[in-house]
Amino acid sequence: MMPASKLFFRGAFNFLLFLQLLNIHSVCAAAEQVIAIAYLTQVQNTPPPLTILDPFIKDKGLPGAELAIKDNNTTGQFTSQKFVLKKFIVPVNGDVTDVFNKNIGDKFHYVVSLLAKDNLIKIADSASAKHTLFFDAATQDDALRNGQCRSNVLHILPSRAMRADALAQYMMKKRWTNWFLVIGNTQEDQLFADAIRRAAKRFGIKIVAEKNWEHTFDARRTAQSVVSVFSQTDDYDVLAVADEEGQFGEYLDYRTWIPRPVIGTQGLVATAWHRTHEQWGAIQIQNRFKEAAKRWMEEQDYAAYLAVRAIGEAATRTKSNDVKVVQDYMLSEKFALQGYKGSPLSFRSWDGQLRQPILLASPRSLVTVAPVEGFLHPKTELDTLGFDQPESTCNMAIKQ
Amino acid sequence: MKNKILALILTILCAAARAETVFVTLEKDNALAVVDPLAGKLIKTVNVGRRPRGIAISPDNKLLLIAVSDDNTIKIIDADTLKEIGALPSGDDPETFALNPKGDKLYVSNEDNSLVTVIDIAKKKVIKQIKVGVEPEGITVSPDNRWAVSASETTNMLHWIDTKTGAIIDNTLVDPRPRAVSFTADSQQLWTTSEMAGTLTILDTKTRQAIKNINFAIPGVAADKIQPVGVVIDNDRHKGYVALGPANRVAIINAQTYEVEKYLLTGQRVWNLAFSPNQERLYTTNGVSNDISIIDLETQQVTKSIAVGTYPWGVAVKP
Repeated sequence: MMPASKLFFRGAFNFLLFLQLLNIHSVCAAAEQVIAIAYLTQVQNTPPPLTILDPFIKDKGLPGAELAIKDNNTTGQFTSQKFVLKKFIVPVNGDVTDVFNKNIGDKFHYVVSLLAKDNLIKIADSASAKHTLFFDAATQDDALRNGQCRSNVLHILPSRAMRADALAQYMMKKRWTNWFLVIGNTQEDQLFADAIRRAAKRFGIKIVAEKNWEHTFDARRTAQSVVSVFSQTDDYDVLAVADEEGQFGEYLDYRTWIPRPVIGTQGLVATAWHRTHEQWGAIQIQNRFKEAAKRWMEEQDYAAYLAVRAIGEAATRTKSNDVKVVQDYMLSEKFALQGYKGSPLSFRSWDGQLRQPILLASPRSLVTVAPVEGFLHPKTELDTLGFDQPESTCNMAIKQ
Repeated sequence: MKNKILALILTILCAAARAETVFVTLEKDNALAVVDPLAGKLIKTVNVGRRPRGIAISPDNKLLLIAVSDDNTIKIIDADTLKEIGALPSGDDPETFALNPKGDKLYVSNEDNSLVTVIDIAKKKVIKQIKVGVEPEGITVSPDNRWAVSASETTNMLHWIDTKTGAIIDNTLVDPRPRAVSFTADSQQLWTTSEMAGTLTILDTKTRQAIKNINFAIPGVAADKIQPVGVVIDNDRHKGYVALGPANRVAIINAQTYEVEKYLLTGQRVWNLAFSPNQERLYTTNGVSNDISIIDLETQQVTKSIAVGTYPWGVAVKP
């Protein structure tokens, strides 16, 4: 015989569980614990095509999140956890904050964000985001990981500083230590140039010349003559270009006045993921992704994949869907995420940045992986990339 | 004089009795390296097909089974003549597999399809396909033939398959990215390595739960470089050995007290392990330095490394 009080509690508990399940429109196996994740993005205007080679990809991120949900649920079927992904795709002129407050804020504790920095900050600071943990799968912004950091935002993609450091480490190894820095005309290009200058200072690289690109972006008409003239400067080993939108960077290679390789946003690039990457089991996920999405995996897809997998890993280990429990575990030293890059991935507790190896790739060849051998760190060599704890101006713990 | 001749004859006889051959798959060379470990020499390399990885020898030591991943098959090769005598329907991109103790059934991990394929070797036919977690890799069959255990790298689980029915009886959540699984000779314990957590977990076969989780720490080696892969335990459950990947070391574990006793420096990215038939030596494949290391288990020392070719992956030993 069960005491009446116990029966009552059990009944009440079941009722609550039932309500919760109704809430997320799933009434299968009642014993399952549900982890609901919102995927939030905003449609972008299709930019003018730069080349016929790479068609504009409208859904960067989404197939990665979907693949990860499948992977999470494969584990979930053995642990009685169910992971649900709900997509929110805000139109070009739509109001992201509005969509968040109405449909996501109080309903989802986990949000994978493909939003730009400003929108992300706005919703992360909104009242309805109090119990929401954001996974930023789109920005590379260093300020967002330092002075403007938020305790409820984790960043999956490497910051600009991490990328520039990765390039600098490899250039140090090659002893190509005199750089000619070429900067595009967008604000983001300035930020990448800042990261390049910071990396140069950190690793002892000399920026012998610096020029802003102020010419047109038409390859056929001008590139040949313009670049040869433009690139006449003091001798240098490599040309580092900051052109995040890819408006002119591709024109530099083979057109400079003296024969020098191009690195930065074009030429040799530093990236979280690349189609040439196949080591450490990466070929497996490249295949699985291609099968599902019918295209190559982009950085944002990889980031969204890792975000959802990180939630899965933490929820499985803690046997919990409580956002506080999950976040604490994610930021603890126990957390180790498999990311197909040869080292376990984890979050930097001081700024919520995912620490990870960075791939250095040319269009058809993976050149190397940073941290480059020989760059040492007392804790983990992964922290030789980007803002280490003593340099960081963010403290997630205090801000919380 | 007579004694001397007798001694010489004895020496020759002993050497003949102790002769053994080490086979190493070379992932990038599309070849199999044949090594005489006692002479410390690479005897020859033979082509076996594209991207050979997993390798096993049949219980009667007559057949070699080699997963040639890019040819999507497991080849059967005569262990003496090294001629190909057949191929098995392994499914796409076979990497690791395990033979049952009798040597008539093969359990193959199909990483891309999240499947374990069971093959009847004599009939060269697929008997069963079992759905497991995402990216199954490590696989083994218990010496008593009760269990086949598959480790899925992305699901972080061990799947306990009943060898009679082919059904999954239990699943155990383990540390991130489990790689290799290996039973003790008495089938009472299962040892498994986690590449991402850098740990070794020992499970009790009866409860299928962990009884011990072992961390590795090497002075001067960053924790994230310690990525355990291959694991073997000696027959009397005296010592266990774990290859630590890019930490370039093999750990020796006391299989009674579960203490880590020693780390031996081997080649770079030490990956898979195999005992010599009498368990006096251990052979390791070192993927980055393109060699194998020979460890003398009595003195616990690396006695030799032998260059074998590009990306040595799997290793099997014929007495």
